[in-house]
Amino acid sequence: MPQSLLRVRGLRTEFRSPRGSWFPVVNGVDLRLEAGETLAVVGESGCGKSMLAYSIMRLVPRPLGRPAGGEVLLGGRDLLQLSEREMRAVRGRDVSMIFQEPMTSLNPLMPVGEQVSESIREHESCTSGEAARRALELLDLVGIPEPAKRFGQYPHHLSGGMRQRVMIAIALACRPKVLIADEPTTALDVTIQAQVLALLDRLKREMGMGIILITHDLGVVAEWAQRVMVMYAGRKVEEASAEEFFGGPAHPYSRALLASVPSPELVLADGDHELTEIAGTVPPLDRLPQGCAFAGRCPRVQDRCGEEQPVLRPFGSEGRMVACLRADSPRAGEIGR
Amino acid sequence: MWQARLSYLLRRFAHGLPIVLAIVVVNFFLVRLAPGDAATVLAGEAGAATAQYMEQIRAQFGLDQPLYVQFLSYMKNILVFDMGYSFRHGRTVASLIFERLWATLLLMGTAMAISTGIGVLLGALAARYDRKPLGFAIVLFAIVSYATPLFWVGLMLIIVFALNLGWFPTSGIATIGADTGGLGHVLDVAHHLVLPALTLSFFYMALYTRLMRASMLETLRMDFVTTARAKGVAEGRVVRRHVLRNAILPVLTMAGVQVSGMLGGSVIVESVFGWPGLGLLAFESLAARDLNLLLGIFFLSSLLVVATNALIDLAYTLVDPRIELAGRSKRND
Repeated sequence: MPQSLLRVRGLRTEFRSPRGSWFPVVNGVDLRLEAGETLAVVGESGCGKSMLAYSIMRLVPRPLGRPAGGEVLLGGRDLLQLSEREMRAVRGRDVSMIFQEPMTSLNPLMPVGEQVSESIREHESCTSGEAARRALELLDLVGIPEPAKRFGQYPHHLSGGMRQRVMIAIALACRPKVLIADEPTTALDVTIQAQVLALLDRLKREMGMGIILITHDLGVVAEWAQRVMVMYAGRKVEEASAEEFFGGPAHPYSRALLASVPSPELVLADGDHELTEIAGTVPPLDRLPQGCAFAGRCPRVQDRCGEEQPVLRPFGSEGRMVACLRADSPRAGEIGR
Repeated sequence: MWQARLSYLLRRFAHGLPIVLAIVVVNFFLVRLAPGDAATVLAGEAGAATAQYMEQIRAQFGLDQPLYVQFLSYMKNILVFDMGYSFRHGRTVASLIFERLWATLLLMGTAMAISTGIGVLLGALAARYDRKPLGFAIVLFAIVSYATPLFWVGLMLIIVFALNLGWFPTSGIATIGADTGGLGHVLDVAHHLVLPALTLSFFYMALYTRLMRASMLETLRMDFVTTARAKGVAEGRVVRRHVLRNAILPVLTMAGVQVSGMLGGSVIVESVFGWPGLGLLAFESLAARDLNLLLGIFFLSSLLVVATNALIDLAYTLVDPRIELAGRSKRND
């Protein structure tokens, strides 16, 4: 296999519980991202998606959380082994991030143009005039009308969609290899969502970067991602190409996620149109049950699910993985319960 | 922009006018709730006085008039900024007040600068070293300062730095009889200013330290700070460029609100240090039931507070672009 753009192995991040003990929020996650690819990370709130992103960026909030092992390999270097100074040079230049909330992700007291050029000046030695000129180009690139006028305006002058475009301009300022988009469109209305995602997709192809798209919107995944990774309670429970995933998810949790999507294009393979919710909630991560974390909500649960921790194993075609004792061969007939 | 600011200021003063008038009315009746009047004080000081003498004094100062007549004449005068006559000092209230005003402004201005400056600095440090020894030390210092009464701080500073160490004078605003002139006089006043200004700033410094610390800790958790870190900006620069300015806004608001509190505090500090300002004058006139003078001081104080609040709001527009003077919204979607 050729060397991947980004490779994560056994990544583990822990949080401190109110009682003082440490528990994993990202638990031994492997991940591989190729140039020009969009990898979607899906799962409910609280399943560790965002913490996976923050762990890769090494921005896990302290002293609440701490890194606890694994590797993040980018261009032959393990980011987790870098000094803080070396890591700063990576952030924003090699790996960038876009956040969920465009309304609060920009400094309210700084003109947006300056917030874009700050990223450039932080990583490249250029004059402030040169940085400003490039920031202006970036604002234009991300489709902000009248960039020269917008340059000196403050975030509160801009709508949510415009602000998210500014965030994208900041993230792309130094042409990063990897872009992590943490629910970039969750806070935007649907038409703006499509515009922003189309923009990201176009820039991805133009710049040849890889995108990790964190979302809980499977409609977004179906449209923009090439591969899908499902997380539950801090672990990866399934990985598949987008095609295979929507053709027939292997893990009961993935199946339940898909069944709870109201979109008409995303009905299950056997034509079951009934919209269902997933009973119960994600168990608290500091008190995970023994065995499979999904067992308590799983419609196909067996006795041994509560005893044995399912390991991720190859499943069907190349690169497809699932962590479920009950997942069997991915025949279409098996899928719909 | 400056034109907009000027017209904003004028509008604010216009809005402040009814407030000041209301204060004048309330004060007029409030001070008369205290038992005794100028006549009883004068009679008391004379040791003995006949009823006739007291009647004569009351007639002289118009105190024998019905309350509403006194009130109307007072209001008529105040509208043309005539604050009346102080029987105690035998001079107009205006001349007395303006003679003392600058001393109070000097004391308050210095105390405000010290308390906000050091408060912001200590608060920022406490947040930066949160859960570390320095952070704990600053918080402890702030709590102790916050809980210590103003007059006690003043007396302790006098005992330690004026009496024991002899570094600073115990009271007054300048050395009596010293005709140093020019720069010498400035230095002399500054020397006298140190202890009273420190005393007055103590409580407010603690207040702003705590406020700044809380505000910094909150701002440090905000999304845009994470954005800055994700850009690869070094932590020191994240704090300087993104956190400090945002965190300072609540301190600015509080400083504006506290101007009136500080004016009250200066009464105590001026009394302790014999600082010849409005506070000391107010204290003396209260004891002497010199109501005209007292009301004049209240009137000027209310003007001062209204004006300072307008200025603070104006300062806000310089720091926070989200606040626009005329209420025009320039938001475009």
